[in-house]
Amino acid sequence: MILFAFLAQTLRIAIPYLFAASGGVISERAGLIGLGLEGYMLSGAFCGAVASYYSGSAWIGLLGAMAGGVAMALLYAVTAIRFRGDQVVVGIAINLLVIGLTRFFLRLAFHSSSNSPRVPGFGAENSGTGFVALASNPLIWLGIITVAVMGWLLYRTPFGLRVRATGEHPAAAISVGIRVDRIRYLAAALSGMLASLGGAYLAFDQHQFSAEMTAGRGFIALAATIFGRWDPLRAALACLLFAAADTLQIQLQGTQLIPSQFVEMIPYALTIIALAGVVGRAVPPAALGKVAE
Amino acid sequence: MVSGLAATCAKGECLRMRKLLILVAALVVVHVAFLFVQPSRAALPPSDKAVNVGIVLDVGGLGDKSFNDGAYRGATRAEKELGARIRLIEPGEGSDREAGLRLLAAEHMDLVVAVGFIFTDDITQLAKEYPNVNFAGVDYSLSTDKAGNPILPPPNVAALKFKEEEGSFLVGALAALVGKSKKVGFVGGMDVPLIQKFEAGYKAGVKYVCPDCTVIVQYAGVTPEAFRNPGKGKELALNQFQQGVNVIYHASGSTGLGVFEAARQTDKLAIGVDADQYSEAPGHVLTSMVKGIDVAVYDMIARVKDHTFKGGIYTFGLAQNGVGYVYDEHNRALIPDSVRARLERIKADIVAGKIVVPSTR
Repeated sequence: MILFAFLAQTLRIAIPYLFAASGGVISERAGLIGLGLEGYMLSGAFCGAVASYYSGSAWIGLLGAMAGGVAMALLYAVTAIRFRGDQVVVGIAINLLVIGLTRFFLRLAFHSSSNSPRVPGFGAENSGTGFVALASNPLIWLGIITVAVMGWLLYRTPFGLRVRATGEHPAAAISVGIRVDRIRYLAAALSGMLASLGGAYLAFDQHQFSAEMTAGRGFIALAATIFGRWDPLRAALACLLFAAADTLQIQLQGTQLIPSQFVEMIPYALTIIALAGVVGRAVPPAALGKVAE
Repeated sequence: MVSGLAATCAKGECLRMRKLLILVAALVVVHVAFLFVQPSRAALPPSDKAVNVGIVLDVGGLGDKSFNDGAYRGATRAEKELGARIRLIEPGEGSDREAGLRLLAAEHMDLVVAVGFIFTDDITQLAKEYPNVNFAGVDYSLSTDKAGNPILPPPNVAALKFKEEEGSFLVGALAALVGKSKKVGFVGGMDVPLIQKFEAGYKAGVKYVCPDCTVIVQYAGVTPEAFRNPGKGKELALNQFQQGVNVIYHASGSTGLGVFEAARQTDKLAIGVDADQYSEAPGHVLTSMVKGIDVAVYDMIARVKDHTFKGGIYTFGLAQNGVGYVYDEHNRALIPDSVRARLERIKADIVAGKIVVPSTR
């Protein structure tokens, strides 16, 4: 029972990370730094909540969320690719922009700068915390499937090969006729779509949008991307690891066994350790953050 | 700097650099120009007769269903009843706060109200620069000297403090009386002394009516993000409910929205904070510990009008109706009359000083 509670909570916490980290992997493997993940998630959460509110259906809400995430990701891609903006700066700008935009439209649509009214989501009232409540949330399943699909897409399809070539050596990719810019746009859109699903999970689990509700999850997902060495499966394992640490902290906090400050730093500390090359070599895609020409 | 660049850079690069500089200059000009744009509401010139009050809201602005709305309610009441003229500023992020305060101070408002503890340093600084302007800081945080005594704010600053621990004591007693289990829960936002005040009062209230009850205390984090993380709030609350808790009190900003969601999902109860949060989860909100920001702001404006405003520390507790708990037609069904009577007795004892409520862990 305790074990189930632990695993269920870990999975619930991990799902937003899984989506966003999958987006981070595809974006970074194509050479685009995934600093905007937080923004895509927040945009997805907001657009998902709005679409769900006005349509009355969480499934249409999901479409809205994806549109919101893709829009922000394309804005990032256009600025970084077409106008050659510095990817780090643009990524941070996107995050700040989305915080402001969501607050602005939140007030415009719902006359509140804090949260939206209740919207249709997944999971019913009084559904409890058992297996049924967990298994009846389609986003849990979608999150797990996404990891497998991403692994297949990146390593078993021509598109994946092109993405990897674009991220490693764009000049070589161009020389064999790959339209590098187009691959990067596609990868960015895909990353925005995936991250936005993570945001939608948060909004639909809460049945509402509240301002800045992603609370840094995009950055944890980016940390998982790096800690997982830009591999979909390993990044997913990193997500589960971070989520398990979070769960452990939640379940042990009352007992003061582990200081919460320590648990909060785990994802970042592990990422630094991974980048320092302590556990195997973490080699980012060679053209990460570089303009392709 | 421009000439230095011109001397060293190549031709094409220079052109780009100059374009960039022109762009930056243009942006700076526009930015400065916007400082002088007056919101349409504030078109009225300051009047000599009426009390002119400027209010700078915390980030989030109007519609936050909490602090800012409370301050606004107090101000609109003063507008109606005292004929005060209100000028509202909603800052975006960070440095805009100081700019907003400065603008109001420079306009020689009779009273400048800053909503939120985050303004503490800005008010202290500006109060020294504008000794003739009165300031009031909601939740102004007092620093202490080496002996642990609070350092008084500047003479033209009123520090508006709330005895959150007293209100929390009452809802703690209520949680223990209604909870039907020996465990009650608390979810805090960021682990800081301001929130620990809520925790301390709540715990003391629980123990007062039920000495062998345990209080499960959890915080959402150690950064300001812990105040806007409903996902974390929900997981914390679900975990507490699974441990046998039936009532959770939250003091965690929008993180608490997750606590309400968890209460809905598991059919348990939660207690709101700062404002009446009944509407967030009807049927699952036992009560809310309300802070009378409106009372405090109105009180300050009234003092300025009567020329009795003085700097110093103003404390709003149960006795001043500065804090309290909600009991109305929405939650009457959840609170038996005997419990209500007991709470009122406890309240009277606190006001009379028979019960001393701790404010630290």
